[in-house]
Amino acid sequence: MTLLLRTQELSAFYGDFQALFGVNVDVMLGETVAIIGANGAGKTTFLRAVAGALAAAPEAVLFDGKPIGGKTPHEIVRLGIAMVPEGRRLFPSLSVEENLLLGSHSGRAGPWNLKRVYQLFPRLQELRRLPAPSLSGGQQQMAAIGRALISNPRLLLCDELSLGLAPVVIRDIYECLGAIAAEGTTIVLVEQDINRALDASARFYCFQEGRLALTAPTGDFDRAAISAAYFGL
Amino acid sequence: MQWLNILIQGALLGGFYALFAIGLSMSFGIMRLVNIAHGDFIVLSAYVGMVAIEGTGLDPFSSLVIVVPVMFALGYVLQRGLLNFTLSGGLLPPLLVTFGISVIIQNGLLQGFGAYDHRLQEGPIETASLHLPGGIDVGVYPLVVFAAAVLGIAGLQLLFYSTRLGRAFRAVSDDAETAELMGIDNRKLYALALGIAMAFTAIAGVLFGIRTIFDPAAGPIRLILAFEAVIIGGLGSLWGTLLGGMVLGIAQAIGAALDPTWQILAGHIAFLCILILRPSGLFPRTRD
Repeated sequence: MTLLLRTQELSAFYGDFQALFGVNVDVMLGETVAIIGANGAGKTTFLRAVAGALAAAPEAVLFDGKPIGGKTPHEIVRLGIAMVPEGRRLFPSLSVEENLLLGSHSGRAGPWNLKRVYQLFPRLQELRRLPAPSLSGGQQQMAAIGRALISNPRLLLCDELSLGLAPVVIRDIYECLGAIAAEGTTIVLVEQDINRALDASARFYCFQEGRLALTAPTGDFDRAAISAAYFGL
Repeated sequence: MQWLNILIQGALLGGFYALFAIGLSMSFGIMRLVNIAHGDFIVLSAYVGMVAIEGTGLDPFSSLVIVVPVMFALGYVLQRGLLNFTLSGGLLPPLLVTFGISVIIQNGLLQGFGAYDHRLQEGPIETASLHLPGGIDVGVYPLVVFAAAVLGIAGLQLLFYSTRLGRAFRAVSDDAETAELMGIDNRKLYALALGIAMAFTAIAGVLFGIRTIFDPAAGPIRLILAFEAVIIGGLGSLWGTLLGGMVLGIAQAIGAALDPTWQILAGHIAFLCILILRPSGLFPRTRD
Protein backbone atom coordinates (compact mmCIF):
# COMPACT_ATOMS: atom_id res chain seq x y z
CA MET A 1 0.00 0.00 0.00
CA THR A 2 1.26 3.44 -0.91
CA LEU A 3 1.13 6.25 1.56
CA LEU A 4 -0.73 9.28 0.12
CA LEU A 5 -1.05 11.61 3.08
CA ARG A 6 0.90 11.67 6.29
CA THR A 7 0.73 14.22 9.06
CA GLN A 8 3.51 14.10 11.60
CA GLU A 9 3.21 16.00 14.84
CA LEU A 10 0.71 18.35 13.15
CA SER A 11 -0.22 21.27 15.38
CA ALA A 12 -2.56 24.09 14.44
CA PHE A 13 -3.59 27.36 16.03
CA TYR A 14 -6.39 29.89 15.81
CA GLY A 15 -4.50 33.00 16.89
CA ASP A 16 -3.11 32.11 20.32
CA PHE A 17 -5.49 29.21 20.78
CA GLN A 18 -3.99 25.81 20.01
CA ALA A 19 -6.57 23.50 18.44
CA LEU A 20 -4.37 20.56 17.38
CA PHE A 21 -1.55 19.04 19.43
CA GLY A 22 0.91 16.95 17.42
CA VAL A 23 -1.46 14.72 15.48
CA ASN A 24 -0.13 11.81 13.40
CA VAL A 25 -2.44 10.49 10.70
CA ASP A 26 -1.61 8.23 7.74
CA VAL A 27 -3.88 7.82 4.74
CA MET A 28 -3.11 5.15 2.13
CA LEU A 29 -3.77 5.56 -1.55
CA GLY A 30 -7.34 4.56 -2.42
CA GLU A 31 -8.68 4.06 1.09
CA THR A 32 -11.45 5.87 2.90
CA VAL A 33 -10.52 7.04 6.37
CA ALA A 34 -12.96 8.47 8.89
CA ILE A 35 -12.11 11.06 11.50
CA ILE A 36 -14.60 11.09 14.33
CA GLY A 37 -14.84 12.99 17.56
CA ALA A 38 -17.07 15.28 19.56
CA ASN A 39 -17.59 18.97 18.90
CA GLY A 40 -14.34 20.88 19.27
CA ALA A 41 -12.17 17.76 18.98
CA GLY A 42 -10.18 19.35 16.15
CA LYS A 43 -11.59 17.39 13.20
CA THR A 44 -12.37 20.40 11.03
CA THR A 45 -9.13 22.04 12.13
CA PHE A 46 -7.26 18.97 10.90
CA LEU A 47 -8.89 19.18 7.46
CA ARG A 48 -8.27 22.91 7.25
CA ALA A 49 -4.61 22.47 8.14
CA VAL A 50 -4.20 19.79 5.46
CA ALA A 51 -5.98 22.00 2.90
CA GLY A 52 -3.73 24.95 3.70
CA ALA A 53 -6.39 27.18 5.25
CA LEU A 54 -4.48 27.10 8.53
CA ALA A 55 -0.74 27.52 8.89
CA ALA A 56 1.27 24.33 9.43
CA ALA A 57 4.96 23.50 9.59
CA PRO A 58 6.23 22.32 6.17
CA GLU A 59 7.17 18.81 7.28
CA ALA A 60 4.01 18.39 9.35
CA VAL A 61 1.96 17.55 6.26
CA LEU A 62 3.38 15.20 3.64
CA PHE A 63 1.39 14.60 0.48
CA ASP A 64 2.75 11.96 -1.84
CA GLY A 65 5.95 12.13 0.17
CA LYS A 66 6.47 15.86 -0.33
CA PRO A 67 6.10 18.48 2.41
CA ILE A 68 3.08 20.72 1.73
CA GLY A 69 2.53 22.33 5.15
CA GLY A 70 2.32 26.11 4.87
CA LYS A 71 1.46 26.15 1.18
CA THR A 72 -1.53 28.28 0.19
CA PRO A 73 -4.89 26.56 -0.33
CA HIS A 74 -4.91 27.12 -4.08
CA GLU A 75 -1.47 25.57 -4.44
CA ILE A 76 -2.67 22.56 -2.50
CA VAL A 77 -5.76 22.18 -4.68
CA ARG A 78 -3.42 22.17 -7.67
CA LEU A 79 -1.48 19.29 -6.09
CA GLY A 80 -4.69 17.28 -5.87
CA ILE A 81 -6.38 17.84 -2.51
CA ALA A 82 -9.97 19.10 -2.66
CA MET A 83 -12.30 20.03 0.15
CA VAL A 84 -16.04 19.71 0.62
CA PRO A 85 -16.36 22.31 3.37
CA GLU A 86 -18.62 22.06 6.38
CA GLY A 87 -21.98 23.66 5.67
CA ARG A 88 -21.45 23.28 1.89
CA ARG A 89 -20.33 26.90 1.41
CA LEU A 90 -21.65 27.20 -2.15
CA PHE A 91 -21.30 30.63 -3.72
CA PRO A 92 -24.76 32.20 -3.38
CA SER A 93 -24.57 34.56 -6.33
CA LEU A 94 -23.44 31.82 -8.71
CA SER A 95 -25.72 29.33 -10.42
CA VAL A 96 -25.38 25.63 -9.66
CA GLU A 97 -23.40 25.04 -12.82
CA GLU A 98 -21.13 28.02 -12.16
CA ASN A 99 -20.46 26.65 -8.70
CA LEU A 100 -19.46 23.32 -10.21
CA LEU A 101 -17.27 24.97 -12.85
CA LEU A 102 -15.48 26.95 -10.19
CA GLY A 103 -13.83 23.70 -9.16
CA SER A 104 -12.13 23.58 -12.57
CA HIS A 105 -10.09 26.74 -11.92
CA SER A 106 -7.24 24.69 -10.51
CA GLY A 107 -6.67 23.40 -14.04
CA ARG A 108 -5.97 19.79 -13.05
CA ALA A 109 -6.61 17.23 -15.74
CA GLY A 110 -8.45 14.02 -14.94
CA PRO A 111 -11.61 12.02 -15.37
CA TRP A 112 -13.99 14.47 -13.68
CA ASN A 113 -15.77 17.12 -15.68
CA LEU A 114 -19.24 18.66 -15.78
CA LYS A 115 -20.69 15.72 -17.69
CA ARG A 116 -19.37 13.15 -15.25
CA VAL A 117 -20.67 15.10 -12.27
CA TYR A 118 -24.11 15.29 -13.89
CA GLN A 119 -23.97 11.52 -14.43
CA LEU A 120 -23.25 11.05 -10.75
CA PHE A 121 -25.89 13.57 -9.66
CA PRO A 122 -28.52 13.70 -12.46
CA ARG A 123 -30.73 15.99 -10.40
CA LEU A 124 -28.11 18.74 -10.55
CA GLN A 125 -28.32 18.84 -14.33
CA GLU A 126 -32.01 19.73 -14.12
CA LEU A 127 -31.25 22.44 -11.55
CA ARG A 128 -28.08 23.75 -13.17
CA ARG A 129 -29.37 27.22 -14.04
CA LEU A 130 -30.80 27.95 -10.58
CA PRO A 131 -28.96 30.06 -8.04
CA ALA A 132 -27.24 27.80 -5.52
CA PRO A 133 -29.22 28.98 -2.45
CA SER A 134 -32.52 27.84 -4.02
CA LEU A 135 -31.47 24.19 -3.76
CA SER A 136 -32.43 21.88 -0.90
CA GLY A 137 -29.76 20.95 1.64
CA GLY A 138 -29.12 17.57 0.03
CA GLN A 139 -28.88 19.04 -3.45
CA GLN A 140 -26.48 21.68 -2.16
CA GLN A 141 -24.34 18.95 -0.64
CA MET A 142 -24.25 17.16 -4.00
CA ALA A 143 -23.21 20.40 -5.68
CA ALA A 144 -20.48 20.94 -3.09
CA ILE A 145 -19.16 17.41 -3.69
CA GLY A 146 -19.37 17.93 -7.45
CA ARG A 147 -17.49 21.23 -7.19
CA ALA A 148 -14.67 19.48 -5.32
CA LEU A 149 -14.60 16.54 -7.76
CA ILE A 150 -14.25 18.77 -10.81
CA SER A 151 -10.82 19.79 -9.56
CA ASN A 152 -9.88 16.10 -10.10
CA PRO A 153 -8.51 15.49 -6.61
CA ARG A 154 -6.42 12.53 -5.60
CA LEU A 155 -7.53 13.17 -2.03
CA LEU A 156 -11.05 14.34 -1.19
CA LEU A 157 -11.62 15.91 2.23
CA CYS A 158 -15.26 15.78 3.31
CA ASP A 159 -16.35 17.80 6.32
CA GLU A 160 -19.65 16.82 7.98
CA LEU A 161 -21.51 15.67 4.89
CA SER A 162 -24.51 14.67 6.97
CA LEU A 163 -24.89 18.00 8.76
CA GLY A 164 -28.52 19.16 8.78
CA LEU A 165 -29.71 16.57 6.26
CA ALA A 166 -32.57 14.06 6.49
CA PRO A 167 -31.50 10.42 7.01
CA VAL A 168 -32.76 9.32 3.61
CA VAL A 169 -30.75 12.12 1.95
CA ILE A 170 -27.66 11.21 3.95
CA ARG A 171 -27.98 7.64 2.71
CA ASP A 172 -28.06 8.85 -0.91
CA ILE A 173 -25.04 11.08 -0.40
CA TYR A 174 -23.03 8.27 1.15
CA GLU A 175 -23.98 5.92 -1.67
CA CYS A 176 -22.49 8.44 -4.10
CA LEU A 177 -19.44 8.74 -1.92
CA GLY A 178 -19.00 4.99 -2.17
CA ALA A 179 -19.14 5.30 -5.95
CA ILE A 180 -16.48 8.02 -5.86
CA ALA A 181 -14.24 5.89 -3.64
CA ALA A 182 -14.75 2.93 -5.96
CA GLU A 183 -13.15 4.96 -8.75
CA GLY A 184 -9.96 5.14 -6.73
CA THR A 185 -10.28 8.53 -5.08
CA THR A 186 -8.84 8.58 -1.59
CA ILE A 187 -11.26 10.07 0.94
CA VAL A 188 -10.88 11.53 4.40
CA LEU A 189 -14.25 11.81 6.05
CA VAL A 190 -15.00 13.96 9.07
CA GLU A 191 -18.24 13.10 10.82
CA GLN A 192 -20.01 13.48 14.13
CA ASP A 193 -22.36 10.68 13.10
CA ILE A 194 -20.13 7.77 14.17
CA ASN A 195 -22.13 4.93 12.63
CA ARG A 196 -22.34 6.65 9.28
CA ALA A 197 -18.62 7.34 9.29
CA LEU A 198 -17.64 3.83 10.33
CA ASP A 199 -19.92 2.22 7.73
CA ALA A 200 -18.26 4.20 4.95
CA SER A 201 -14.63 3.78 5.98
CA ALA A 202 -12.01 1.10 6.39
CA ARG A 203 -10.16 2.79 9.21
CA PHE A 204 -10.92 5.55 11.65
CA TYR A 205 -9.14 8.03 13.84
CA CYS A 206 -10.90 9.37 16.91
CA PHE A 207 -9.88 12.87 18.01
CA GLN A 208 -10.40 14.27 21.44
CA GLU A 209 -9.59 17.83 22.44
CA GLY A 210 -7.07 18.26 19.66
CA ARG A 211 -5.25 14.99 20.26
CA LEU A 212 -5.48 11.55 18.76
CA ALA A 213 -7.41 9.31 21.19
CA LEU A 214 -7.83 6.08 19.24
CA THR A 215 -7.21 4.61 15.82
CA ALA A 216 -8.24 1.24 14.47
CA PRO A 217 -9.61 -0.56 11.43
CA THR A 218 -13.39 -0.11 11.52
CA GLY A 219 -13.95 -3.86 11.26
CA ASP A 220 -12.59 -4.85 14.65
CA PHE A 221 -13.35 -1.94 16.88
CA ASP A 222 -14.70 -2.16 20.35
CA ARG A 223 -17.69 0.10 20.83
CA ALA A 224 -16.89 0.75 24.47
CA ALA A 225 -13.38 1.79 23.49
CA ILE A 226 -14.79 4.21 20.91
CA SER A 227 -17.19 5.70 23.43
CA ALA A 228 -14.34 6.18 25.85
CA ALA A 229 -12.18 7.80 23.19
CA TYR A 230 -15.06 9.89 21.87
CA PHE A 231 -16.22 11.31 25.13
CA GLY A 232 -12.97 11.06 27.01
CA LEU A 233 -14.48 8.83 29.69
CA MET B 1 -39.77 71.86 -21.46
CA GLN B 2 -37.34 73.61 -19.21
CA TRP B 3 -37.63 70.76 -16.68
CA LEU B 4 -37.13 68.12 -19.34
CA ASN B 5 -33.97 69.96 -20.28
CA ILE B 6 -32.83 69.95 -16.66
CA LEU B 7 -33.50 66.22 -16.36
CA ILE B 8 -31.54 65.45 -19.51
CA GLN B 9 -28.58 67.63 -18.55
CA GLY B 10 -28.62 66.16 -15.04
CA ALA B 11 -28.76 62.59 -16.31
CA LEU B 12 -25.81 63.21 -18.65
CA LEU B 13 -23.85 64.77 -15.80
CA GLY B 14 -24.71 61.60 -13.86
CA GLY B 15 -22.96 59.50 -16.49
CA PHE B 16 -19.84 61.46 -15.65
CA TYR B 17 -20.19 60.71 -11.94
CA ALA B 18 -20.89 57.06 -12.70
CA LEU B 19 -17.68 56.94 -14.69
CA PHE B 20 -15.85 58.34 -11.66
CA ALA B 21 -17.41 55.63 -9.52
CA ILE B 22 -16.93 52.45 -11.59
CA GLY B 23 -13.46 51.72 -10.23
CA LEU B 24 -14.54 52.38 -6.66
CA SER B 25 -17.66 50.24 -7.01
CA MET B 26 -15.67 47.38 -8.48
CA SER B 27 -12.87 47.35 -5.93
CA PHE B 28 -15.37 47.46 -3.10
CA GLY B 29 -17.60 44.83 -4.71
CA ILE B 30 -14.84 42.30 -5.21
CA MET B 31 -12.44 42.81 -2.32
CA ARG B 32 -14.31 45.12 0.07
CA LEU B 33 -11.55 47.65 -0.49
CA VAL B 34 -12.61 51.18 0.39
CA ASN B 35 -10.13 53.09 -1.69
CA ILE B 36 -9.71 56.55 -0.16
CA ALA B 37 -7.16 57.40 -2.85
CA HIS B 38 -9.67 56.75 -5.64
CA GLY B 39 -10.24 60.45 -6.37
CA ASP B 40 -6.50 61.06 -6.47
CA PHE B 41 -6.06 58.19 -8.91
CA ILE B 42 -8.59 59.94 -11.17
CA VAL B 43 -6.52 63.13 -10.98
CA LEU B 44 -3.27 61.18 -11.38
CA SER B 45 -4.72 59.65 -14.56
CA ALA B 46 -5.39 63.13 -15.92
CA TYR B 47 -1.75 64.06 -15.23
CA VAL B 48 -0.51 60.84 -16.83
CA GLY B 49 -2.66 61.80 -19.83
CA MET B 50 -1.16 65.27 -19.85
CA VAL B 51 2.39 63.94 -19.82
CA ALA B 52 1.56 61.39 -22.51
CA ILE B 53 0.01 64.11 -24.69
CA GLU B 54 2.99 66.41 -24.26
CA GLY B 55 5.41 63.59 -24.94
CA THR B 56 3.74 62.07 -27.98
CA GLY B 57 1.57 64.78 -29.50
CA LEU B 58 -1.49 62.55 -29.30
CA ASP B 59 -4.91 64.07 -28.59
CA PRO B 60 -6.49 63.24 -25.19
CA PHE B 61 -8.81 60.50 -26.50
CA SER B 62 -5.91 58.73 -28.21
CA SER B 63 -3.73 59.16 -25.14
CA LEU B 64 -5.93 56.52 -23.48
CA VAL B 65 -3.91 53.84 -25.29
CA ILE B 66 -1.06 54.89 -23.00
CA VAL B 67 -2.92 55.99 -19.85
CA VAL B 68 -5.11 52.89 -19.54
CA PRO B 69 -2.25 50.34 -19.59
CA VAL B 70 -0.15 52.52 -17.27
CA MET B 71 -2.94 52.75 -14.69
CA PHE B 72 -3.79 49.05 -15.08
CA ALA B 73 -0.17 48.18 -14.31
CA LEU B 74 -0.10 50.58 -11.38
CA GLY B 75 -3.27 49.02 -9.96
CA TYR B 76 -1.95 45.49 -10.40
CA VAL B 77 1.38 46.23 -8.74
CA LEU B 78 -0.18 48.28 -5.95
CA GLN B 79 -2.59 45.48 -5.03
CA ARG B 80 -0.01 42.73 -5.35
CA GLY B 81 2.78 44.56 -3.57
CA LEU B 82 0.90 46.50 -0.90
CA LEU B 83 -2.86 46.32 -0.56
CA ASN B 84 -3.08 42.52 -0.46
CA PHE B 85 -1.23 42.67 2.84
CA THR B 86 -3.88 44.96 4.35
CA LEU B 87 -6.97 42.91 3.56
CA SER B 88 -6.79 40.29 6.28
CA GLY B 89 -6.73 42.75 9.18
CA GLY B 90 -10.26 44.13 9.03
CA LEU B 91 -11.63 47.38 7.65
CA LEU B 92 -9.14 49.84 9.10
CA PRO B 93 -5.75 48.92 7.53
CA PRO B 94 -6.84 49.39 3.88
CA LEU B 95 -8.49 52.69 4.84
CA LEU B 96 -5.31 53.96 6.45
CA VAL B 97 -3.03 52.74 3.69
CA THR B 98 -5.14 54.23 0.88
CA PHE B 99 -5.43 57.45 2.87
CA GLY B 100 -1.62 57.50 2.96
CA ILE B 101 -1.48 56.86 -0.79
CA SER B 102 -3.87 59.78 -1.27
CA VAL B 103 -1.52 62.11 0.63
CA ILE B 104 1.47 60.83 -1.33
CA ILE B 105 -0.22 61.32 -4.72
CA GLN B 106 -1.42 64.83 -3.90
CA ASN B 107 1.94 65.98 -2.64
CA GLY B 108 3.83 64.15 -5.36
CA LEU B 109 1.78 65.92 -8.02
CA LEU B 110 2.26 69.21 -6.24
CA GLN B 111 6.00 68.63 -6.18
CA GLY B 112 6.20 67.56 -9.79
CA PHE B 113 3.72 69.85 -11.50
CA GLY B 114 3.11 72.73 -9.08
CA ALA B 115 -0.27 73.93 -7.86
CA TYR B 116 -1.33 75.24 -11.29
CA ASP B 117 -4.54 74.37 -13.07
CA HIS B 118 -4.27 72.17 -16.13
CA ARG B 119 -6.65 71.09 -18.82
CA LEU B 120 -6.55 68.57 -21.65
CA GLN B 121 -7.60 70.04 -25.01
CA GLU B 122 -9.67 67.79 -27.24
CA GLY B 123 -10.81 70.51 -29.67
CA PRO B 124 -14.22 71.32 -31.18
CA ILE B 125 -16.00 68.29 -29.69
CA GLU B 126 -15.83 69.96 -26.28
CA THR B 127 -18.29 72.68 -27.30
CA ALA B 128 -20.28 70.92 -30.02
CA SER B 129 -23.95 70.32 -29.32
CA LEU B 130 -26.99 68.67 -30.81
CA HIS B 131 -30.19 70.67 -31.19
CA LEU B 132 -33.17 68.57 -30.19
CA PRO B 133 -36.78 69.59 -30.89
CA GLY B 134 -38.28 71.81 -28.22
CA GLY B 135 -35.22 73.99 -27.90
CA ILE B 136 -33.18 71.45 -25.93
CA ASP B 137 -29.45 71.51 -26.59
CA VAL B 138 -27.43 68.44 -25.67
CA GLY B 139 -23.65 68.70 -25.56
CA VAL B 140 -21.84 66.12 -27.67
CA TYR B 141 -19.09 65.73 -25.10
CA PRO B 142 -21.44 64.90 -22.17
CA LEU B 143 -23.08 62.36 -24.48
CA VAL B 144 -19.70 60.79 -25.21
CA VAL B 145 -18.96 60.60 -21.48
CA PHE B 146 -22.36 59.10 -20.76
CA ALA B 147 -21.89 56.54 -23.53
CA ALA B 148 -18.46 55.67 -22.09
CA ALA B 149 -20.04 55.03 -18.69
CA VAL B 150 -22.81 52.85 -20.14
CA LEU B 151 -20.45 50.91 -22.39
CA GLY B 152 -17.95 50.49 -19.58
CA ILE B 153 -20.55 49.09 -17.21
CA ALA B 154 -22.04 46.87 -19.92
CA GLY B 155 -18.56 45.56 -20.68
CA LEU B 156 -17.89 44.82 -17.04
CA GLN B 157 -21.24 43.05 -16.69
CA LEU B 158 -20.30 40.92 -19.67
CA LEU B 159 -16.97 40.16 -18.03
CA PHE B 160 -18.60 39.24 -14.72
CA TYR B 161 -21.40 37.08 -16.07
CA SER B 162 -20.00 35.52 -19.23
CA THR B 163 -16.36 34.75 -18.58
CA ARG B 164 -14.34 32.40 -16.45
CA LEU B 165 -12.51 35.31 -14.87
CA GLY B 166 -15.81 37.01 -14.05
CA ARG B 167 -17.08 33.84 -12.39
CA ALA B 168 -13.99 33.79 -10.21
CA PHE B 169 -14.50 37.48 -9.35
CA ARG B 170 -18.07 36.81 -8.23
CA ALA B 171 -17.07 33.74 -6.23
CA VAL B 172 -14.34 35.66 -4.43
CA SER B 173 -16.78 38.48 -3.74
CA ASP B 174 -19.21 35.98 -2.19
CA ASP B 175 -16.75 34.04 -0.06
CA ALA B 176 -13.03 34.64 -0.51
CA GLU B 177 -11.94 31.88 1.87
CA THR B 178 -13.94 29.16 0.17
CA ALA B 179 -12.89 30.41 -3.26
CA GLU B 180 -9.29 29.89 -2.31
CA LEU B 181 -10.07 26.40 -1.00
CA MET B 182 -11.52 25.67 -4.45
CA GLY B 183 -8.24 26.55 -6.12
CA ILE B 184 -8.51 30.26 -6.84
CA ASP B 185 -5.44 32.42 -6.31
CA ASN B 186 -7.15 35.29 -4.51
CA ARG B 187 -4.09 37.52 -4.43
CA LYS B 188 -3.59 37.39 -8.16
CA LEU B 189 -7.30 37.85 -8.72
CA TYR B 190 -7.40 40.91 -6.48
CA ALA B 191 -4.45 42.39 -8.36
CA LEU B 192 -6.28 41.88 -11.64
CA ALA B 193 -9.42 43.43 -10.13
CA LEU B 194 -7.64 46.59 -9.03
CA GLY B 195 -5.86 46.69 -12.40
CA ILE B 196 -9.20 46.62 -14.22
CA ALA B 197 -10.72 49.13 -11.79
CA MET B 198 -7.74 51.44 -12.43
CA ALA B 199 -8.15 51.06 -16.19
CA PHE B 200 -11.65 52.52 -15.78
CA THR B 201 -10.26 55.15 -13.44
CA ALA B 202 -7.84 56.07 -16.23
CA ILE B 203 -10.71 56.65 -18.66
CA ALA B 204 -12.56 58.68 -16.02
CA GLY B 205 -9.44 60.75 -15.33
CA VAL B 206 -8.72 61.67 -18.94
CA LEU B 207 -12.37 62.50 -19.69
CA PHE B 208 -12.42 64.55 -16.48
CA GLY B 209 -9.31 66.43 -17.59
CA ILE B 210 -10.97 67.34 -20.89
CA ARG B 211 -14.15 68.53 -19.23
CA THR B 212 -12.76 70.69 -16.49
CA ILE B 213 -9.57 72.12 -15.04
CA PHE B 214 -7.66 69.99 -12.55
CA ASP B 215 -4.92 70.55 -10.01
CA PRO B 216 -3.17 68.24 -7.50
CA ALA B 217 -5.86 68.81 -4.85
CA ALA B 218 -8.84 67.99 -7.09
CA GLY B 219 -9.06 64.34 -5.99
CA PRO B 220 -11.03 64.35 -2.73
CA ILE B 221 -14.09 66.05 -4.29
CA ARG B 222 -14.15 63.38 -7.04
CA LEU B 223 -13.88 60.73 -4.32
CA ILE B 224 -16.93 62.10 -2.53
CA LEU B 225 -18.98 62.24 -5.72
CA ALA B 226 -17.93 58.70 -6.61
CA PHE B 227 -18.75 57.48 -3.10
CA GLU B 228 -22.17 59.07 -3.23
CA ALA B 229 -22.92 57.49 -6.61
CA VAL B 230 -21.85 54.06 -5.35
CA ILE B 231 -23.86 54.29 -2.14
CA ILE B 232 -27.02 55.69 -3.74
CA GLY B 233 -26.90 52.88 -6.28
CA GLY B 234 -26.26 50.17 -3.70
CA LEU B 235 -22.92 48.55 -2.90
CA GLY B 236 -21.60 46.11 -5.45
CA SER B 237 -24.12 46.88 -8.19
CA LEU B 238 -22.61 48.50 -11.28
CA TRP B 239 -25.92 49.41 -12.93
CA GLY B 240 -26.92 50.78 -9.53
CA THR B 241 -23.79 52.92 -9.63
CA LEU B 242 -24.86 54.35 -13.00
CA LEU B 243 -28.28 55.13 -11.58
CA GLY B 244 -26.70 56.57 -8.44
CA GLY B 245 -24.61 58.89 -10.59
CA MET B 246 -27.72 59.97 -12.47
CA VAL B 247 -29.65 60.65 -9.25
CA LEU B 248 -26.74 62.80 -8.13
CA GLY B 249 -26.50 64.61 -11.47
CA ILE B 250 -30.24 65.26 -11.71
CA ALA B 251 -30.37 66.52 -8.12
CA GLN B 252 -27.51 68.89 -8.89
CA ALA B 253 -29.18 70.10 -12.09
CA ILE B 254 -32.44 70.77 -10.25
CA GLY B 255 -30.57 72.56 -7.47
CA ALA B 256 -28.69 74.66 -10.00
CA ALA B 257 -31.93 75.57 -11.79
CA LEU B 258 -33.44 76.84 -8.54
CA ASP B 259 -30.35 78.78 -7.57
CA PRO B 260 -26.91 78.33 -9.14
CA THR B 261 -25.22 78.29 -5.73
CA TRP B 262 -27.26 75.25 -4.72
CA GLN B 263 -25.91 72.86 -7.31
CA ILE B 264 -23.39 70.95 -5.20
CA LEU B 265 -25.47 71.16 -2.04
CA ALA B 266 -28.53 69.69 -3.80
CA GLY B 267 -26.51 66.62 -4.77
CA HIS B 268 -25.35 66.05 -1.19
CA ILE B 269 -28.91 66.56 0.10
CA ALA B 270 -30.23 63.96 -2.34
CA PHE B 271 -27.51 61.60 -1.10
CA LEU B 272 -28.45 62.19 2.54
CA CYS B 273 -32.16 61.64 1.78
CA ILE B 274 -31.41 58.29 0.12
CA LEU B 275 -29.16 57.35 3.02
CA ILE B 276 -32.05 58.00 5.42
CA LEU B 277 -34.79 56.38 3.33
CA ARG B 278 -32.84 53.44 1.88
CA PRO B 279 -29.59 53.04 3.80
CA SER B 280 -28.45 50.13 1.63
CA GLY B 281 -29.02 52.05 -1.61
CA LEU B 282 -31.35 51.45 -4.52
CA PHE B 283 -30.01 48.10 -5.76
CA PRO B 284 -27.70 46.56 -3.16
CA ARG B 285 -25.95 43.41 -4.34
CA THR B 286 -23.00 42.86 -2.07
CA ARG B 287 -23.87 41.00 1.09
CA ASP B 288 -22.52 42.00 4.52
